[in-house]
Amino acid sequence: MAKPGFPRFDTLSLHAGQHPDPATGSRAVPVYQTTSYVFQDVDHAASLFNLERAGHIYSRISNPTTAVLEERIASLEGGVGAVCAASGQAALHLAIATILDAGHHIVSSGSIYGGSHNLFTHTLPRFGIETTFVDPRDPRAFRDAIRPETRLLFGETLGNPGLEILDIPAVADVAHEAGLPLLVDSTFATPYLFRPLEWGADLVTHSATKFLGGHGVAIGGVVVDGGTFDWEASGRFPTLTEPYAGYHGLDFVEEFGPQAYVMRARSEGLRDFGACMSPANAFHIIQGVETLPLRMARHVDNTRRVVAFLDEHEAVAWVGYPELPSHPDHELAKARFPKGCGAVFSFGIGGGREAGRKFIEAVGLFSHLANVGDAKSLVIHPATTTHQQMDADALEAAGISEDLIRLSVGLEDPQDLIDDLDRGLRASRR
Amino acid sequence: MELRVDGKRAFATTGGRTHQPGRRAVVLVHGAGMDRTVWVLQTRYFAHHGRNVLAVDLPGHGRSEGPSLASVGDMADWLSRLMDAADIETASVVGHSMGSLVALDLCARFPERVDAAALLSTAVPMPVGEGLLSAAKANDRDAIDMIVAWGHGRNAHLGGHKAPGLWMTGGAERLLEKADDDVLYTDLGACDGYRDGLEAASRVRCPVLLVLGREDRMTPPRAAQELADAIPSSRTVVLDACGHMPMIERPDRVLDVLGEVIRGGPGPA
Ligand SMILES: Cc1ncc(COP(=O)(O)O)c(C=O)c1O
Repeated sequence: MAKPGFPRFDTLSLHAGQHPDPATGSRAVPVYQTTSYVFQDVDHAASLFNLERAGHIYSRISNPTTAVLEERIASLEGGVGAVCAASGQAALHLAIATILDAGHHIVSSGSIYGGSHNLFTHTLPRFGIETTFVDPRDPRAFRDAIRPETRLLFGETLGNPGLEILDIPAVADVAHEAGLPLLVDSTFATPYLFRPLEWGADLVTHSATKFLGGHGVAIGGVVVDGGTFDWEASGRFPTLTEPYAGYHGLDFVEEFGPQAYVMRARSEGLRDFGACMSPANAFHIIQGVETLPLRMARHVDNTRRVVAFLDEHEAVAWVGYPELPSHPDHELAKARFPKGCGAVFSFGIGGGREAGRKFIEAVGLFSHLANVGDAKSLVIHPATTTHQQMDADALEAAGISEDLIRLSVGLEDPQDLIDDLDRGLRASRR
Repeated sequence: MELRVDGKRAFATTGGRTHQPGRRAVVLVHGAGMDRTVWVLQTRYFAHHGRNVLAVDLPGHGRSEGPSLASVGDMADWLSRLMDAADIETASVVGHSMGSLVALDLCARFPERVDAAALLSTAVPMPVGEGLLSAAKANDRDAIDMIVAWGHGRNAHLGGHKAPGLWMTGGAERLLEKADDDVLYTDLGACDGYRDGLEAASRVRCPVLLVLGREDRMTPPRAAQELADAIPSSRTVVLDACGHMPMIERPDRVLDVLGEVIRGGPGPA
């Protein structure tokens, strides 16, 4: 990124994937609110269906508005292409289903979003895919958990909610030595703070619902293909390296080379599972991405002020932000996250669960709800909500204690946020 | 399709169709440091429109065994032997950049084996700048960045891939990164060292289409003028909003214009 001769990050945030609409001159990305696209003639139709010509057929598979967002995120992450999905969870499912079959196995960080934990623990096993959870801070644990049937390593750039920093180069080495790809959920970081592909990850997913959209108005997800993984040399990914009867014997790696994965994800995964993003949601998320660099910088500024305030407060037992020397990943944070570790973090409230209840009910600017990455500040108690389905052992392994409160710091005036937190903390001790 | 040429593994994709006797053939040749996959849409289109297609990996590229060949003439000779191995007597030949020189040289050396040619992003001579050559010689990644930066038009730098969701410059970077050390340098040296292009052009017997990008900074349209004039029967198409990668930047237009020289239907017996 920022190489001479190439547009830079802030420019890409505004322009990548779009040229003024050729039909109308519209400068803004139009919402192509349509299900389908008229073919020029019978041969054109057949060629589109057979991937001999590129273009749109039906909005379950692709849509011009959504395609702008796909290219934009691919460009910001430094990938070869991207596929949007209906939600972050749909993106994760699509990323997995594109290359895993029944009988396969995943090695995942144990410190991940509760919904992803559910997918791995309770749902994928129904389809014959098992997951082993390991400590994200221990690359050797990833290696030790790999089995002959393992096909994927997974983690979050910054773990939800503890902000465990995945040592991506080290885990990528483990994956690549075993001939496996590393998939990273980078929702909390966004490409503004960290680009996993540049550090060795092969695939990236986002819940675009969060900071990418940034306004809390649209659910969405995206899978980015880094184009780096050598599916052919690995020899374990027949969906990409063997003829696919679903496309007249198309061999994706033979024909699409570095873009094999993203082509398969769309042409099978969106076509058949159908969890596509709507063009209206793509439009809303594009509005967010346009200001991603500005918003993330401000999210981080506000977070740093809130963290400093909480860290000094006597009602607070601990604060888990990697820029603090007390965080186990402080050194990694300094080396890899110079622009900050995002705007979601957790802290422990003195007095445990009951104090937490009083705190959440006393704050006003911080909205109590299940989301992060909104322009407005948010608060939640994960052990009873987002991570509720995890048992006590899994909660402990993920570092989610009873006193843990998660904040998502928004773009309000930081002093107003601090005043609000102070009010909540005082209430928690009454 | 895996073939053997000079006792070594040589690979060409057929666009998902096995060759059928009696069909005309199309051979597509990639440019420096790249491989067959740059032609994916054209390959699939012609394969599913009645042609026997070979999108080749030159030696040392893609799935073809190395080492890579040091001169355009050697590549053209190799291509004729690859056609032998695939049982192809005559073909329409499409080349991009370095591959356009290989196609040109094939036309001159074996006029009886080429029924039509299309030269994309071509220039004769095709000098390569000192900065790029020395970066490629050092296997310095800057060489890849230079090619990708100069090799795409202004539009392409902001995307707008015809294939939804693909990011053009990212795809080009990954493709070039896949090449082994020294391959890019050898290729660029072959382009730079190709001195007989205008003489070769005078010996071409088949119709030739030149496809050039108006915004091409590597082989700008004016650099192909002498070549066009030297070929007995040529036609030039200059594509707007297009840099050095027309088959990716303007895939539909490229298919349409290629269709004018590459006709379907049964070939000569
Ligand atoms: C890190 C992370 N990944 C994935 C998701 C799921 O995204 P979505 O709600 O868009 O399906 C979330 C949602 O909270 C998340 O925080």
